[in-house]
Amino acid sequence: MQKEILIRYERCMGCHSCEVACSVAHSPSKTLVGAMLSDKPPLKQIYVEQIDNLKAPIACRHCEEAPCVELCTTHALHHTPDGLVTNSDRQDKCLGCWMCIMACPFGVIRQDGDKRRAVKCDRECLDESGIPACVKACPTKALVFSTVADFQAGKRREQVAVLEDCTSHSQD
Amino acid sequence: MKNQEPLDSSVKEMLAVAKTSNVSTVWDRYQSQLPQCGFGETGICCRNCLQGPCRINPFGDGPDVGICGAGADTIVARNLIRGIAGGAASHSGHAKHLAHVLKKVSKGEAPAYSVKETAKLTAVATRLGIPTENRTTLEVAGDVVQAALDEFSERETPNAWAVTTVTAGRVAMMKELKVAPYGIDSIIAEIMHRTTLGVDADPVNLLLGGIKGAIADFAGCHLGTDLADILFGIPTPTVSEANMGVIKEKAVNIALHGHNPVLSDMIVATAREPEIVAEAKAAGAEQGIQLMGICCTGSEVLMRHGVPTVATAVSQELPILTGAIDAMIVDYQCVYPSLANVAECFGTPLITTMDIAKIPGATHIEFDEEHASEKAREIIRLAITAFKRRRNKPVHIPSKTSKVVAGFSTEAIVAALAKLNADDPLQPLVDNIVNGNIQGVVLFAGCSNIKVGHDQNFVAIAKELIARNVLVLATGCGAGAFARNGLLDPQATLDYAGDGLKAVLTAIGEANGLNGPLPPILHMGSCVDNSRPVDIAVALANKLKVDIPQLPVVASAPEYKTEKALSIGTWSVSLGLPTHLGLVPPVIGSKLVTRVLTQDIKELTGGYFIVEPDPILAAEKIFNVLQERRQKLNISTRRW
Repeated sequence: MQKEILIRYERCMGCHSCEVACSVAHSPSKTLVGAMLSDKPPLKQIYVEQIDNLKAPIACRHCEEAPCVELCTTHALHHTPDGLVTNSDRQDKCLGCWMCIMACPFGVIRQDGDKRRAVKCDRECLDESGIPACVKACPTKALVFSTVADFQAGKRREQVAVLEDCTSHSQD
Repeated sequence: MKNQEPLDSSVKEMLAVAKTSNVSTVWDRYQSQLPQCGFGETGICCRNCLQGPCRINPFGDGPDVGICGAGADTIVARNLIRGIAGGAASHSGHAKHLAHVLKKVSKGEAPAYSVKETAKLTAVATRLGIPTENRTTLEVAGDVVQAALDEFSERETPNAWAVTTVTAGRVAMMKELKVAPYGIDSIIAEIMHRTTLGVDADPVNLLLGGIKGAIADFAGCHLGTDLADILFGIPTPTVSEANMGVIKEKAVNIALHGHNPVLSDMIVATAREPEIVAEAKAAGAEQGIQLMGICCTGSEVLMRHGVPTVATAVSQELPILTGAIDAMIVDYQCVYPSLANVAECFGTPLITTMDIAKIPGATHIEFDEEHASEKAREIIRLAITAFKRRRNKPVHIPSKTSKVVAGFSTEAIVAALAKLNADDPLQPLVDNIVNGNIQGVVLFAGCSNIKVGHDQNFVAIAKELIARNVLVLATGCGAGAFARNGLLDPQATLDYAGDGLKAVLTAIGEANGLNGPLPPILHMGSCVDNSRPVDIAVALANKLKVDIPQLPVVASAPEYKTEKALSIGTWSVSLGLPTHLGLVPPVIGSKLVTRVLTQDIKELTGGYFIVEPDPILAAEKIFNVLQERRQKLNISTRRW
């Protein structure tokens, strides 16, 4: 089963570490110092947003029926065999029409600097053990990389743990 | 990663013990902190007001100013100089502590202490213009200590310990750049003021303020060393050992950790009294009392009393894991609070002694100088009691020890050179620099840092330089790293030094009756003692009628970590020394600050920072800087 970047919103501290790690992973040197010193600054593909006290990282959900893919007239945006939505391997096909930006319900597709080209989460940031840079950088583990099934199972077990706590307290 | 591994086999051995004992060390805690915050790493996080914290996006892909409008350049410069202020506060706090002790001595209120080195007292008094003729030692000490205490608050003249200890050229530079400090505490407060919300936003002006703070730190360091020498003696060459192999199963093992000799010197003196040794033996410790030093306290007691050194800052937790330490006695600075946990696991008393430095879980025995001997005895008896408890319990002591020759104060080096030329002791050094037997001088200073494989950078760079006939001096945890890894052993000169350096060190050694060479690295003291090598550089510059920026002398802090290292590094650059850093400092979030520190400052002070994490490349860069300076002096150069 496909692993996804899933978010435990209640854990986000708004530190922007995921953004920095994403940028670094998409720089030629893949190091913070190298990225800082490079002439062309790398672009982040994940965004930390805040409304009132709620902070949250937002990134591409790699939808199955992806509005961006459906509306991309040149098929620059497409699904890979692994089910990822990307245009990174067909960048020359991108017209810069911004249909994808208008269509994306999450607002996570952006312009590549001042070029007429769309940039989005391409997952080309995995470390040697296959973990995305943003997930690895998250100090509170608000971002997790797991299958949906494992994520759900984890949540169910958390519920049981709460019940166990309540029961043991009522027995005290 | 391979280079993350510690170099020292006994460190590796004890880390295995930590693992099987399930005790967390600095190595584990570093891993659990990863990844570390990129904003902090690049210096672009500001917490100086409560509208923040503010962060600048390092890639221009987000906010480029904080809420108040401060940009990356301002934020980075402010953060850096606050660090310098922290370092200056630490060194000068250490010096002020010594001044208070000397003051008590001059008033007859600290019976356990005395003026041990009247020659140094006279030399310092003379430098300060304090009359010494027909006066008692205590009268002179009283005046010197008053001059010392006058260094702290705001003054009408520049700090005496900053302007009487350097070349005329350096004093002129301070005046021109308006960076001569007028009171150490005053400058620290000024830095806190100018970096608070809505004061100084000009990054270059902030950095000049930082230089002033760093020169105040130099004054504090020099003051600290002068007073320590007056109270406890000028170090002279001494033979000892290093590493955890010195711990003895059947001795009361006492580890001294921290920085200031005020406490540790007294523990050493008391632990060597026959009565207390007899008490230890009566408790079953047939090998008596074994003292050992950690971190810069380790350097203080090694330099003056030949007490073996067992660990530096990063490895400070490991001696306790042997299960054979009966007390770890600490004062302040670089003392990890984690020691309390490690000590509890092994039933080792951790004893804090300073009012400003308490650790939850430790036993606090307040040390006061009026009752120093009594307090020292109380603390040692606590160790003897702990020994009785741990007697016959299993211990794990690594066997490795290295021979160490330390104690190379400025005075000791000059005295050793005087055996070659009594009238002009520096002349042999000058001759050998000119003829190329010595290509230049490199001072290794600074801390140990868990981000570097423990000792790896120090040893790798030093070996490259020694082989190329560079005379190497060391202080602080750098000296500790060399001690534990066998580079303070005269044998290392025969094993690693280039032929020119070997010949010089052998000639000095033979002239001093050592029947062999000096070690290839001269241990000059703790981190506060970095003014000692400066004294040599100043004397060399004055003799050659040049200024420090002309000398083939470089400083290197390949594993630095503390705020104190930021201030030492900055005064080193301000005094005209190219200064290598083995870790990228938290300034790269500002291209302007990075450029000023690594390039532009050269035009102002002659010194500049060289940032190079790779030890071999660093050695090459350092060597090339020495060659560049040799070329400008019109003396022979050679290639890497």
